[in-house]
Parts: sequence; structure tokens; C-alpha cells
Amino acid sequence: MNIIVCIKQVPDTAGGVVFNPDGTLNRGAMLTIMNPDDKAGLEAALRLKDQYGAHVTVVTMGLPKAEDVLREAMAMGADEGVLITDRVLGGADTWATSSTIAAGIRNLDYDLIITGRQAIDGDTAQVGPQIAEHLDIPVISYAEEIKLDGDYIIVKRQYEDRYHEVKAKLPCLITALAELNEPRYMTPGGIFDAYDEKKVTVWGRADLKDLDDANIGLNGSPTKIAKASDKVRKGAGEKKADLDPQGACDYIMGKLTEKHVI
Amino acid sequence: MDFSLDKKHALAQQLFKEFAEKEVKPNAQETDETEVFPRANVEKMAKAGFFGITVPKEYGGQGCDPLTYVMAVEEMSKVCGTTGVILSAHSSLCVDPILFWGTEEQKKKYLPDLASGKKLGAFGLTEPGAGTDAQGCQTKAVEDGDSWVLNGSKCFITNGKEAEIYCIIAITDIVEGKRGPQKKFSMFIVEKGTPGFTFGTKEKKMGIRGSSTYELIFQDCRIPKENMLGARGKGFNQAMHTLDGGRIGIAAQALGLGEGAIDCCVNFVKERKQFGKSISAFQNTQFQLADMATRMEAAKHLVYAAAYAKSTKPVYSVEAAKAKLFAAEAAMDVTTKAVQLMGGYGYMRDYDVERMMRDAKITEIYEGTSEVQRMVISGALLK
Repeated sequence: MNIIVCIKQVPDTAGGVVFNPDGTLNRGAMLTIMNPDDKAGLEAALRLKDQYGAHVTVVTMGLPKAEDVLREAMAMGADEGVLITDRVLGGADTWATSSTIAAGIRNLDYDLIITGRQAIDGDTAQVGPQIAEHLDIPVISYAEEIKLDGDYIIVKRQYEDRYHEVKAKLPCLITALAELNEPRYMTPGGIFDAYDEKKVTVWGRADLKDLDDANIGLNGSPTKIAKASDKVRKGAGEKKADLDPQGACDYIMGKLTEKHVI
Repeated sequence: MDFSLDKKHALAQQLFKEFAEKEVKPNAQETDETEVFPRANVEKMAKAGFFGITVPKEYGGQGCDPLTYVMAVEEMSKVCGTTGVILSAHSSLCVDPILFWGTEEQKKKYLPDLASGKKLGAFGLTEPGAGTDAQGCQTKAVEDGDSWVLNGSKCFITNGKEAEIYCIIAITDIVEGKRGPQKKFSMFIVEKGTPGFTFGTKEKKMGIRGSSTYELIFQDCRIPKENMLGARGKGFNQAMHTLDGGRIGIAAQALGLGEGAIDCCVNFVKERKQFGKSISAFQNTQFQLADMATRMEAAKHLVYAAAYAKSTKPVYSVEAAKAKLFAAEAAMDVTTKAVQLMGGYGYMRDYDVERMMRDAKITEIYEGTSEVQRMVISGALLK
């Protein structure tokens, strides 16, 4: 079985966030990590590999330094990596990103594609399902549990107060939640293999077939960012010290009703 | 000349840091307080492949270099000195001699379980009457048919009772030398559970209190002949060479302890206020921290250089001795300063630095005292 896992290098929330003048993120200037939902997706793929045997390819699109996140994934156990990088692909929104990644995936053999639900930088949760649409395969999002049943995949799909068990014929795409599992550590030997033995294939625009220039990069992105900023500190809350417990409850309930919270 | 880590080693360092913070740090204080061997840490490190970092893949190891191993010991020791020495003693003192002098059969038999961490390793040289004077060892091995019969005892053995596989030094021959009778030592692999091999008392220590330190007792302990490790009569040289490697591990432990104390101290002095301002605003704090950081950085270069020498040179005694001497004394100095900068809080067991100061002391003593390191270094200069 061939499994493709789409992963993204995202800013480490422990570090600072740096914006470009056009409102997009300055990814080159920030500390980075593997997006947590994607890491869970990778772990799910590696568990399928451990259980059934599989060839796991990790795919990412980003700056040349995004190769680091592919090496990390290979140090965890992925077999090879594909880096899609080209200046003309920069500034892509979810539409342009999914169009580009889908074009990259068309170059590969796959039975199952796993992406994270969403990246902690954009929080759109759109790229995974859009890739499935571009490739015309079924998508099951918000996976909590993944089982393989012959040519089918059975997924527990998270809902607010319940879950759905969904079955789909392969090939299909699954979006994974960070809660899906506890990702394994890299191993020291895995790290050495990732750099010494395993391969990262780099694709630029010219390597991507069936891809319209109107659908790539900043120009191919229908989303325009009007403004981006750091979180603004909220004002101090209201303090009421002169109320007895009953009075305090009444006051809080009154405020919540006033603001249409309840 | 580039002093920065390459990407491979930088990623390994990231792994060890993350693992130490998440898996080891949360129970470091409890390990010290209860003096209970941190079995859970050992199992997690085993799963992550840390017990076979330098073992070739063909024997089930990770196939990495000494620098990677040194970084693992350093990062574990930053948060828990006990965990650092468990890893160091296992790797340097048991895995390494089997790798160096083991026959193909011995390697195949012992290395896979040691590398996977299924079995822990230990080393026995020190005896009640033989510490720095290692030639004073009394434990004997006598040939009897197809066995060796061991009699004697070893003391202060790290990973004692917890380990399954022990590399033991014993006298096998007495030969007439220029200055009278001379002992000839050999090294043996002894498995836990061998009849006649028992454990004495568990030592109560100042620091590294979760590390299991035991006396080993051999009473007519019969081991198969094929368990001799290396050539007969070469045991003393083998033990010294093993300790050269061990010293790099302990130097890494010392390095981690010093760096860990600086991390704790920096966080504390930024928050602690006296005379209306943070104590980090006082020049004494700043200058002390500057000296501490500089000493540990110097130690790091010596330790990493010694690890590099181990991967490139057949003999690295002087590099190892310099690394251990400097790193151990720096760790003792830096952890003591950290306690002083943190004042009364630093002295309390609620803060990690008092434990680190107690842990640091042993790095000046075991696997060759600082005085022994000075003998090795000056011996090479004056020969």
C-alpha cells in the first residue's frame, strides 16, 4: 500500500510571529515545527505501515527550508519525501495550495492520502478536502480512529457530541486530528537514515502537470488578506467586590442575558 | 573550521531535548527524593532507541556516532543526573567493551538485547581496596575445565542489580615481572542469575540518588569459558581503554548538569525581586551568569571534541581526561554558583539546583577522579 502524508512546516507558537508587508507570514524568519494535526496523520500512516506494511511518502509545499520537516518525518519512519518549492508558488491561499499539492500527488502512486485537519497558522481546514476534490476521490475529515478493511478504510469521524463511523473505498483522503494518537519520537538511527540514506525529491513548477498558472501562487489565490496583526490585548475586566453570593450570581446572569450568551 | 552542529546532529539534539523535557524532567525530583531507580525512564529510552546509539545496525543498534551518544547523555543530565548516568554506564562501560573486544558470537549474543534496552549493562572494576589504584583488585578467576570460577567482590557498581549483563575485571594469572610478581587481569561477561553471583548492600549516596549502586559478590561463580571478553591477560588495558570512553560519557553528564543549572538559574533571577527590582538587574548576577555560561561553553567544546576524537582516533585518553576534568570541575563550580545566586530558594529541595549541585560532585570522583585525570594529562605531556 502506498500512503501519502501531507505535512506542513508551521511557525512554532512558542516563538514570535513575523508578517510580511503584504500581510502574509514571513516564514523564513520564524522558528518552525511540524504542524501537530499533520504529525498525528503521519503517526497514523506509520501505524498502518507497522501493521500492514506500506510505503509512506511525505509531501510538503513551502520554502526550501521546509526540507527540514520532511527529514524529521523520515526520521520518524516515513520512507521518502517530496518538496514542492518554487518562487512562483509563493503567497498561495488554500485554493492555490491545494491545486499545487494535488498536481504534485498526480505524479505519485497512492492508495491513501492523509492530511492534518488544519494547520495552526492558517486554521482553515480547507486544503485537505480541496486536494480530495481536485483528485476526485472521497474525503473523510476529523478522523479519530483509522482501520483498514481490505480495499476499504473505516474511520471514526469526530462530531461535537458523537462520532460517525464512515467507510470508504480506497483511494481516499483522510484528515487527521491531533487527538488521533500520540506521535512517536524520532529515533537517533532514524535521524541518521533520514539524512544519509533516504531521499527528498524536489519539484518546481515545471514538474507539476495538469496545473493551470491561473491557480497557483499569490496571483492564483482568490483570498486576499486585508489586514493581519498580532493578537490585541483585551481591556481589563470589570470588578465587582461589593456583592454577596446571590447578588454576584444575579449580576453575572444578568450580564450573560444582556450579551445574549444565554 | 565550523563549530556549529550539522543538520543531522542538530535534529538529534532536538529529539533528546524534547524527550528529556517531556519524559524525564517531570519525575526527576521524585527520583531523587525516593531514591527509586527510574525504571519508567529506562523503558521509554529503550523504546526510543537510546540504549544502542553507537551500536551498528547489524546488531540491532542505531548506527550513530559518539557525538550523538554524548548529546543524549548531556540532554538527559540537564534535567536528571540519575538518568544521564544510567545511560552512560550502560553504553560506555558495557556496550563499548563488547563492541571493541567481543567475538562475533559474543556480539550477536549480547548486543541486540543491550542495544534495544531489553537488558541493561554494567561494569565492575572498583573493589573495596582498589579504586584509583586499580591494580589493587583482588577478584580472581580460576580456570576449571570448560569454565572460569570467579571469587571476590566489586563495589560502587552503577546499574548494579538493575543490569542483566556485567563486564567484570578479574585476576587470571600472576607472572614474574622485573619488580616481582605481577597480576594479569582479564575481562569477563557475567550474566545476572549466574549461580554464585549475588548483590550486597545498596549504597546510599549524596547525589544521583535514583541510580542503583550496588556491591557485586562472586562466590564460586562459574561462567562458561567463552565468556572471556578479549584476550587473556589484557583486561587491565581493556579496562583503562573502556574508562577513556566512560569519561567522555561522564563529562557529558557533568556538562548537562552545569547547563541545566544555568537554565534554572536564568529563569529564577528574572523573576526574583529584591530591593524593588529583579535580581537579574544586579551586576553581580550578570557577571556570575556570564562566567557560568562561559565555563560550560568551554566544557562543551572539550566534550564534543573528545567525542569526535573517539570516532576518529584509536586512542583518545588525553582528550577524554581533559574533557572530564574540565567539565566535572565546571559543573561543580557552576551548580554551586547557581545555588548561591538563588539564595535560600536554591538551597531548598523544591528547586532543582540543589539536586544538581549534589549530583555534580560525583562527576569529579567516579570513572577516575579529577586527580587521576591530571595524572593522565600530565603523564602524556612529560613522557
